[in-house]
Order: sequence, then C-alpha cells, then structure tokens
Amino acid sequence: MIPELGHFALIVALLLALTQAILPLYGAQRGNLTLMGVARPAAQGQFVFVALAFGCLAWSFLNNDFSVLNVAKNSFSQLPEVYRFTATWGSHEGSMLLWVLILAFWSTAVSVFSRHLPEDMAARVIGVMGLISVGFLAFLLTTSNPFVRLLPAAMDGNDMNPLLQDWGMIIHPPMLYMGYVGFAVAFAFAIAALLSGKMDVAWARWSRPWTTVAWAFLTFGIMLGSWWAYRELGWGGWWFWDPTENASFMPWLAGTALIHSLAVTEKRGAFKAWTVLLALIAFSLSLLGTFLVRSGVLSSVHAFATDPARGAFILGFLAVVIGGSLVLYAWRAPKMVTGSGFTWFSRESLLLANNVILVAALGSVLLGTLYPLLMDAMGLGKISVGPPYFNSVFVPVMAPALFLMAIGPLARWKEASLPDVITRLKWALGVALAVGLLVPLGLGGFKPWAALGFFLAAWIALSVLAGFVDRLKHGQGSLVHKLSTLPRGFWGMQLAHFGMAVGIAGIAVVANYQTERDVRMELNSYAELAGYTFTFRGTTEHDGPNYRAARGTLEVSRDGRQVATLHPEKRVYNASGMAMTEADIHPNVYRDIYVAMGEQLDDGGAWTVRLFYKPFINWLWFGALFMVFGGFLAASDKRYRIALRRSEMPKHVAAQGA
Amino acid sequence: MKRWLPLILFVALVGFFAKGLFLNPREVPSPFIGRQAPAFTLPLVGDANASFSPADMKGRVWMLNVWAPWCVSCRQEHGFLMQLAQAQPVPIVGLNWKDKNREADMLLARTGSPYFAVPDDVDGRVGIDYGVTGTPETYLIDKQGIVQLKHIGPIDPETWKNKFEPKLKELGA
Repeated sequence: MIPELGHFALIVALLLALTQAILPLYGAQRGNLTLMGVARPAAQGQFVFVALAFGCLAWSFLNNDFSVLNVAKNSFSQLPEVYRFTATWGSHEGSMLLWVLILAFWSTAVSVFSRHLPEDMAARVIGVMGLISVGFLAFLLTTSNPFVRLLPAAMDGNDMNPLLQDWGMIIHPPMLYMGYVGFAVAFAFAIAALLSGKMDVAWARWSRPWTTVAWAFLTFGIMLGSWWAYRELGWGGWWFWDPTENASFMPWLAGTALIHSLAVTEKRGAFKAWTVLLALIAFSLSLLGTFLVRSGVLSSVHAFATDPARGAFILGFLAVVIGGSLVLYAWRAPKMVTGSGFTWFSRESLLLANNVILVAALGSVLLGTLYPLLMDAMGLGKISVGPPYFNSVFVPVMAPALFLMAIGPLARWKEASLPDVITRLKWALGVALAVGLLVPLGLGGFKPWAALGFFLAAWIALSVLAGFVDRLKHGQGSLVHKLSTLPRGFWGMQLAHFGMAVGIAGIAVVANYQTERDVRMELNSYAELAGYTFTFRGTTEHDGPNYRAARGTLEVSRDGRQVATLHPEKRVYNASGMAMTEADIHPNVYRDIYVAMGEQLDDGGAWTVRLFYKPFINWLWFGALFMVFGGFLAASDKRYRIALRRSEMPKHVAAQGA
Repeated sequence: MKRWLPLILFVALVGFFAKGLFLNPREVPSPFIGRQAPAFTLPLVGDANASFSPADMKGRVWMLNVWAPWCVSCRQEHGFLMQLAQAQPVPIVGLNWKDKNREADMLLARTGSPYFAVPDDVDGRVGIDYGVTGTPETYLIDKQGIVQLKHIGPIDPETWKNKFEPKLKELGA
C-alpha cells in the first residue's frame, strides 16, 4: 500500500510541476499576475509530494518490504538500519528520486527567499525550475520507477553494494546533489533574464548567493566522495580521474569560474554574456554528469545503470534543455551590452584570466573524459584515458590560475597599479620562493612538482594575509573590532582562498612524499615503513551484522614507543559473497598511517599486508572544508540580506493590513 | 556567428553521445574470441613428468580455468566447479597460475579437484599469452581448438546458465 502511495505522490508531483512550469512562464510573458502567483504554491506543493514519495520509498527500505523490486535488489534484512535508510538512494531509481527531491527543495527555497524579486522574475525562475522537474519526474515515472512491485516477493534482498556501506556514502550523494542541482537555480536565473530581455546587473546580484551556496555544497560533496574513495577502496588513493569523478569536477570548475565572473558582472556590469553562458554551462555540465553516470555511456566503477532507454531519455532531455537554452542565448546575446571598460591590469582582467584558465582546464578534463567515447563512436577503437593524461595536462594549465589567484583580491577594479601590487606582495613572493625551495629539501629530497606546490600554497596563503593587512590598515578601533566589521563576503573569499592553499600543500606533500609497501607478514613478524614499525599479531574471526571478517591486528610503534593498534579487515558479505577490504587508519594532522589486508597466503596465518604512510593527506580535506565554510560565509553576507529586507518591508506591512 | 558557437559545439557533442549510447563500453573485445587458443606445453601439478597441451584436447569442447591457490575468489568458485565436475558437461582444465609457493597440489588434495588436468604455469607466461588480467578467468574452447568465450571473474550458477550453457548448446556439447 505504501509503495503505491509513493507512486501516486510522484504522479501528483508531476502534475504540479507541469503547473509550476507552464502557468507562471505564460503569465510572466503576458504580464498576468494571477498566473504568476501560481508559481510559489505549485513549487511548494510539488516539494511536499516528492518528499512524500521519497518518504514512502524510505519506509519500504526501513521495513524490509522485499515485494518492492528496488528494495529486494538493493537491501538486505541483516543490513544495519542506517544503511537500510541510505539504500533508499543507493540504487539508480532511488538516486534519481533524490535528485528530484533536492531540485524540489531548491525550488521551494527560491519560492520562499524570492519575495524581494520582481514578480515576473520570480515566476520565470520558478517556472524554469518546474520545467526541469517535469523532465526528471517524467524520467522517473517512465523509465526508472522506484516503486515497481516484485510478485511474489523475494524472501530476502540482494544486499546493498558493500562499497556503499560506509558513512561517507551516507552524506556524499545528498551533498553532491545539493551542489549539482543547486546550479539549476543559477541556470534558472540566467534563463529568466534571457526570457525577460532585461539583461541588467540585477540578475547577477540575485543569483550570486545561490550560486555560492551551490558551489559550497558541491565542494563538500566532492570532498566527501574523495575521502570515501580514500578510506573505502583500500588503495590509499584519493582521486582517480574516474569519469564519475570528472562528472562532478567539471561542474565544479565551471561553477568556480561562474562565482568569479558573477562578481565582475554584479560590481562592474562587465562580462554579461559570458556570465550568462557560464551559468548555462555549469548546470549543463551537471546534467551531462547525470547523463554520463546514469546512462552507462562511459564505463566506470560507479555506473550502476546500463540501459539504452534511460540513456536515450536523458540524452533527449539534455538536448532539449541545453540546446534550447543555447538557442535562447544566441538569440538574446546581442541585447547584452557590456558595462564599463577596464585596463589590462585590473581586477577585471585578472578575473578574466581566472575564467579563461578555468574554462581551459575544464575543456581538458572534458576532452579526456569524452575522448574514449568520441574514438569509439567514430569507430577508431577502444581506448581509455588515464591519470597520466590528466596529471600532465590539468596541473600545468591550472598553475597560472593559482598564481594569479593571489594577486586578484589585491588589485583594484577598473585600473590597478602594478608597482603598488608589487610593493604589497614582494615580501610574500620572496617568502613563498624560499618555502618552495627549502621545504622539499626538509621533507627528503627536492622534487620540482613538490617545490611548485609549496611555492603556490605559501604564495596564496601569504596573499590572504596581505589582504587582511591591507584592509586593517585603515579605519579605527581595536584589531578585533576591525576584524569583526569586515564584510562576510571578504572573509568568505579569503577563507576559501586559504583553503585552496592548505589543499595544495596537502596535495604537494602526499603526491610526492608518500611511501607504501606490500609485505608478506607472518604471525609476530614485523615490517618497517617511514620510521614506523608494524608488528603483525595475526587475525581473528569477526562477525559483523551482515558480513564475516578476518580482522587483523597490527601494532604500530616508532622508536620503541607504541603509536597505535590497527585492525584492518577483510570482509565477505553474506548476501552477495563480495569480498571487501576495510582499511584501518591512524590519522593525525601531519600524516595518516593506513593499513589494508591483502590476501591470506597460507593456513599458518601469513597475509600480504599493504602499508601506507600518507603525509599531510588530511590537509586536503581541511582545505576543502575551509572552502566550503568560506562559501557559506560569503553567501550569508549582510548586503544580500539588506537588499532582501528593504524590498520585503512594504509587502509585509501590506499583508498584515489585509 | 560567435553567439551560435556554443550551440554548434553542443549539437556535435549530442551526435557523439547518441552514437555512444548504442555502444557497450564493457565489451572489451578479447582478441582471442574466434581464434585458435594459443598453444603451450606445461608440466602437470603433482606429476612433473607428465605434461598438458591444448592439442591434447582436439575433438573435444573444453574449458580452461585460470586459477591460483592464493586467489580468494577462486575459492568462491571452487564449490560450483566441483558441481560441474560431477555433472561433467565439459572437462575443466585448471591452469595453476603463478603459484610461487607451490601450494596447488596440497590445496587440491584437501578440497578436492574439479579439474581434468592441472598444468603448472609457475612464471605466468601462458597466462600472458592468453591475456589473463586476474584470476579467475575462464575460456571455453571448441573442438577445433578455437576460443569461443571468455569470462572474467568467478563462475556462479547464474553466469553458467546465461553465458556458458547457450554457447555449449550451440557447440553441440
């Protein structure tokens, strides 16, 4: 009964999405306020019904209703409750439902926080989001219904993919989708602006906080995915340039370019057409990512749906949404007159360089991701493009952007003085060069890539400091007072830039100075790595809720002092029979000690064991968290709220009077 | 013209995607399907004086199962292979791959052997000839010594039913 209720709720949601799309868009074109007024209630109603459908699916999972095909395929009675809940979005159908739920959530958020917008703008934005909802709801109902029954019911389920049974996976998909789908808001704002033909800077100001929040979520989602891969896949790697990772990384690059060009458009009225195009591209890449992952066009460890009907639907949808928006763009582009000019050295020109480089980097990732597909489609054979391509192309392309990133915030709009910037940054340059040259020597050998990484990290971090010094020179009052009066936008930007520096430092160390060993270990034998001694104390049988494991015990010591006792596991999951390596990690700020069980070698208890020493790996996650926090902080800047309150006031009064 | 550029690029991309949708990326064509199985002669595990060569199997449909004592998923597969050996639809030859610790003989004595013969590929050369990427891998070879099917990963009843049985029927075994 509950699954049928969920199915019914989805149908109602589709009808509401149609209403949300058609009436407000038509009303906005006609200037009909009544029709425009439909947008908000329809969006909120749609959210309620999608949430109901999602709740029904979650209920089926939590209650082990194996008469639902999706549950029987992706869950298991012995699965711990929390994973039974997250299994709701562990499957293709469930994850698409989560996509729609998050889209509806963003639409509702827009409907609540858009009271300061002109009525036709709000109606168009919500209407465009409704159109996207229609596409995805239709996709769910026609090709990927999560509520299909299995009769007779299965006795028990096939279990969730053991790789996904990890708490990093609990929050990774929702956060990633919050980012992916969040770009739909920027997209909807851009389309609404194109539709209205009013290409002033107002739309840039309105869409800025939304874009920044979406970007922050996407950053968090990507970080969680990387952290999950690091801990769960047992190879100690944190980024594989896997097509699915690229699918989330490309919107991130486009989104990063977008938040910077939005700043220029809002503040200076320049780059208008470019910013609109980036907003379209960022969301198009989110859709493209969904297509690539869900259609199985590119083989990847993540692709759990290979079905031409689904792929054809998403491709058709992609063609309509992206193609349509690009036609609209080409039609309206001549209307976009650019704002005031700027000289070759100004904040505008630096941000332009940032955009050009980010888009070039994006292009290199896109090419590497699609190249195998293009070759195959043209009958030129099956090839795969691996990390060597990406590392050798992406890193050199990005390095100049990272260098300029330090200068941009210190340059003035319109016309900056090069000697002035040099004066303010020359000490930073000197210190950064010294850091780049000396730190690698201290870490055990000079390596050019490591030196470049440290130089850039120090350069960016010091420029953040220079930015604060610059701001604090003026004004009165105590330091704390001055710091607290700095706008959140400034704080957010500097935090995010600082996070980048921390992340780069982490990457530079871990990529160049990590060490690993594959060793054969017998009972009570020991192995050494990076100054640590690992003593193998054998394995014991260990029964988990839905798996059996051989749990190893390794004592880690350094200079005779006990550091940690680690328990890596080799698990065999009961339902699927899948074997899984569960690594154990002893982390601290400077390094991770990472141990994974290989294979049992004989019955005497000897195993192959993988030992990793991962210096500074955690700086990567810290850096990403700084960026996330910076994003949220910037989006909560007072000036967005003041603009909101000012225009909201009269309406509130009017509403109370009525 | 400039403003139409994004659209033109996108349309080209959609064309490629549409084509790509009907290709199967998982199907890495094994160059051996439809070709003669590479020849080799190897001593047998347990009896180094005797040897095995694919030529010995001319006129019979047979299976070459690449396994190793140190391979966990081979143990998973072992039970089902034992059932197959009982039912005897085809003889199974178990290529003992890279068994550096010389454990195959003892392991098979303890767990039972589903194999018709166990050639000993200790340095893994024959495995390389066959393009083995990991254990277990199984090749179905017809009466003329031509590779008809390759399966990567353990064989379970379902794969057997869906992949091997139809092919066996086709080959009249």
